[in-house]
Amino acid sequence: MIIKILGSGCKNCQRLYQNTLDAVALLKLDAEVIKVTDFMEIAKFQVMRMPVLVIDESVIISGRVPEKEEIVKAIEKRV
Amino acid sequence: MLSDIFAKLNSWLLKMDWLKAIFDWVLLDLFGMNQESDAYASLSFFCYDIIKIFILLSVLIFISSYLQTFIDIETTKRTLKKIGGFWGNLLGALMGTVTPFCSCSSIPIFIGFTRAGLPVGVTFSFLISSPMVDLASVVYIASVFGWKIALIYVGIGIILAVIGGTLISALKMDRYIEKFVTEGYSDTDAFVNGMEKLSQKMRLSISWAQVKDIVRRVWKYIIIGVAIGALIHGYIPTDVVSGLLGSNHWYSVFVAVIMGIPMYADIFGTLPIAEALFLKGVSLGTILAFMMSVTTLSLPSLIMLKKVVKKELLTTFIVIVTLGIIIIGFIFNLIL
Repeated sequence: MIIKILGSGCKNCQRLYQNTLDAVALLKLDAEVIKVTDFMEIAKFQVMRMPVLVIDESVIISGRVPEKEEIVKAIEKRV
Repeated sequence: MLSDIFAKLNSWLLKMDWLKAIFDWVLLDLFGMNQESDAYASLSFFCYDIIKIFILLSVLIFISSYLQTFIDIETTKRTLKKIGGFWGNLLGALMGTVTPFCSCSSIPIFIGFTRAGLPVGVTFSFLISSPMVDLASVVYIASVFGWKIALIYVGIGIILAVIGGTLISALKMDRYIEKFVTEGYSDTDAFVNGMEKLSQKMRLSISWAQVKDIVRRVWKYIIIGVAIGALIHGYIPTDVVSGLLGSNHWYSVFVAVIMGIPMYADIFGTLPIAEALFLKGVSLGTILAFMMSVTTLSLPSLIMLKKVVKKELLTTFIVIVTLGIIIIGFIFNLIL
């Protein structure tokens, strides 16, 4: 599983990144969590509100920072 | 009658006069401070402002985050696309005031708007008004300077955004948008991930999380801002301040705008300084210019903008906004 966090590196993006790492650790999942800060890359996902959580190339959450528990549920749905 | 009620609400909820009364009682009656002393002036400013700002900040962020969960940027885009010309710019500017977003979303929004085929001027009207005018800063300005000035601030912010966007369109600046922004995309590719369905409970918890996050992030700047404001208020003689930034100096507006550019301060950290300067008799035009410069011309957002537009467009944007703010400052210093 590849998880991407889109955002230019502001505080919200960092929090989403941290929450996602926590969620992955909690699930003891073998997933790669990548930060995407390049606007050219971000633009490919056609989203406007940062930060964005992308799981296996599909946009899951955009424009807010979900808590760890919500990310866990989102990942479980796609395992 | 109605205006009476409004004035009472204003004094209770926004100016929080009761808070001032409480601290006056503590400082003057309990600690026996001298009402004429510098220390009293500084301390009462500090206590009153700090508490007022934290109450206002929390309530306002909560309300505006809650409203934000209902505003869909995708709908904004589609609405703007239907309208062109002057009305497009005006609507773009108005949308900018009611669509709050995290500052790191401004570039993805720029890309989204441009791909949808929106005129470059409409996009810039949106980008100018969005950081400058938002609910939280307007209510805060009202609490410090009163509603008349808050409304004036909103009005001139929107006018600047409309004129700036119109000029950028007229100069055919769309030539200077980086190729990758539009290459290979048209609006038929439009973003498929619409708004999520949110429950009431989720909206409230999102808003509360936002309050905690922003308070955690800006409390230091607020304390520093209020402390500087308090020192200016208590210890710096009025004639020193007006000597530097008084309305009799033609250059005071320039100084204010230039000081504002590298400051990456939150509006909530900037306003206590503006408030203290205002109480020291610095004219309103100079103060408005300072606040607009801090919010709209911040260095980090200019660096981000550089990634999607060529230097011609970036320079035009900076020149238009800077000149606009300076002109606004001058006009206000002349008429008030």
